[in-house]
Amino acid sequence: MSSAPVPIAGPPPPASRDALRRLLRNRAAVVGMVVIAAFATLALLAPWVDRHPPTDQHLDSTLAGPSAEFWLGTDQLGRDQYSRLVHGARISLSVGVLTQAVALALGVSVGLAAGLGGRRADSLLMRMTDVAYAFPDLLMIILLVSIFGVSTLMLVLAIGLVSWTTIARLVRGQVLALRQEDYVLAARAMGASTWRIAWRHLLPNVAGPVIVTATFGIPAAIFAEAALAFVGLGFAPPTPTWGGLVTDSFNTMLAAPHLAIAACLAVAITTLSFTFIGDGLRDALDPRTPSRSPLPDPAAVSAQPTTGSLQKAA
Amino acid sequence: MAAYVIQRILWIGPLLFAVALITFILMHQVPGGPWDRSKRLPPEALENVNQAYGLDKPLWQQFGDYALGLAQGDLGVSFRSSNRPVSDVLGDGIRVSATLGLLALALSTTAGVALGTLAALRKDGPADYASVALATVGASVPSFILGMLMLVTFTAYLHWLPSGGWGSAKQAVMPVLALSAWPTAYIARVTRASVLDVLHREYVRTARAKGLHERAVVLRHILRNALIPVLTVLGPVAAMLVTGSFIIEQLFAIPGMGRAFVTAISARDYGVIMGTTLFYTLVIILANLLVDVLYAIVDPRVRYGAADATRVDV
Repeated sequence: MSSAPVPIAGPPPPASRDALRRLLRNRAAVVGMVVIAAFATLALLAPWVDRHPPTDQHLDSTLAGPSAEFWLGTDQLGRDQYSRLVHGARISLSVGVLTQAVALALGVSVGLAAGLGGRRADSLLMRMTDVAYAFPDLLMIILLVSIFGVSTLMLVLAIGLVSWTTIARLVRGQVLALRQEDYVLAARAMGASTWRIAWRHLLPNVAGPVIVTATFGIPAAIFAEAALAFVGLGFAPPTPTWGGLVTDSFNTMLAAPHLAIAACLAVAITTLSFTFIGDGLRDALDPRTPSRSPLPDPAAVSAQPTTGSLQKAA
Repeated sequence: MAAYVIQRILWIGPLLFAVALITFILMHQVPGGPWDRSKRLPPEALENVNQAYGLDKPLWQQFGDYALGLAQGDLGVSFRSSNRPVSDVLGDGIRVSATLGLLALALSTTAGVALGTLAALRKDGPADYASVALATVGASVPSFILGMLMLVTFTAYLHWLPSGGWGSAKQAVMPVLALSAWPTAYIARVTRASVLDVLHREYVRTARAKGLHERAVVLRHILRNALIPVLTVLGPVAAMLVTGSFIIEQLFAIPGMGRAFVTAISARDYGVIMGTTLFYTLVIILANLLVDVLYAIVDPRVRYGAADATRVDV
């Protein structure tokens, strides 16, 4: 008779299919995903779905109202607002998404290194994180952009560089909490390398909150692009971006308010949709705390113009 | 607890120093100097002004001088406004930004608590859904975009309110509303959850059983207890109001701190850039400290070890 194996608490079973089902049951999240998918498709197909080239000037009809020819009217140079919005979505959406890719890469690396690298690495990295966290984000982005100029790559790097601290803390906290769990100790006893443990046993457990944080970071990055354009540090004309369109339409607001409405609604609908998705993901990925409140968690929602915090409201 | 707070306070100095150093290095990488704007100076004159302000010294020495001054509370002078001390320039901005922030704080606390309480008392009713919808928009649409939409409505279409400036009550309406949106949403969410939490406690049932007026029950028994957790949001809300007014000030041409920073960046007014950045940083640090301390006071289960002093786990 062999002794019964000691039961070892295993890692939570992969719940991704359950999570997906819960996400798809969340009506607001589904609406958000449909809207973002539609905007992304328009952006991808911009050269085919635009009505005019976005930089073509129709000087005989400037600041025109919506018409069959110009669906959302024309700007002060007679450029088609609809076409400019569709093209502008390319830069704004890619800045939003790519920025969070940078933030994820940085945040996960720093968090893992701090959690697994021993006391000294931990305290050094966390002090670095404290500094980055205390630095007013928008001011840092403005300084970086003033030095290196504006391009999609530069914006992605600059915004990514200020957006990783929340993710790093989440990952580190989870790693520290799970390090002594039975299944991690068992994996270690069986000779698994630190990297394998991090990749197979620790990261999957923190993936949920990290993905949610990154999702809420996307509208924050879209806002940052708009804010930069508004303080005069946007893309050089005539490149259409949502930030640039919001700024231009602000300057012609009295003569052509419909332009401002179109540009603002594009940004507002996008940030709202990402919030819906983020909320849905949070509820879907963490079934233990059933949504106590249908209100989005503003602490997590970061589409806010705080110089202090794109991501750090709480 | 006391040891923890003292350690956190001691940590403020090094944090500020690190932020000052990073800002100093970055801002000197921004191409151009403080005298580019004025008529091109003859080389000898340029040399003279640079010498007068110590700008001819090596960077490390300039930073050393600045740090020494800073330690004694001297923020230097503004190059742009004819040698006014930076602390004066900042003082003007802070007064305006603080007025804006306090008005928004008063509005968002009142509206947020009212909305949250109403939503909880009428859970799943129309009032609940309405306040949830309002709070969702407030939490996810950037205040800058909300401000623009208000401008379009109340200035461009209805001509009710002036487009910007600072000094009259009418000029304050839109910036205060726009700035309050996010904190209102945040406070409403926390209040709703908190009221729902105490709604069915025994002491509330007892109060009702005693035959107390509904109003007395709500005010004295429900709200007084439910509002304790709401206190903890005041940290992030305060940080958001102070730093968040940055872009709102641009939008409504309000002469606050945010304007001072943007003007200073384009004029390479080094002293003002440093001063604004350090001020914002200090606000963020203090707000975070306040949250952590309030959490510990409100929730006795939260314990901070002195070793954790520099770690703020979220």
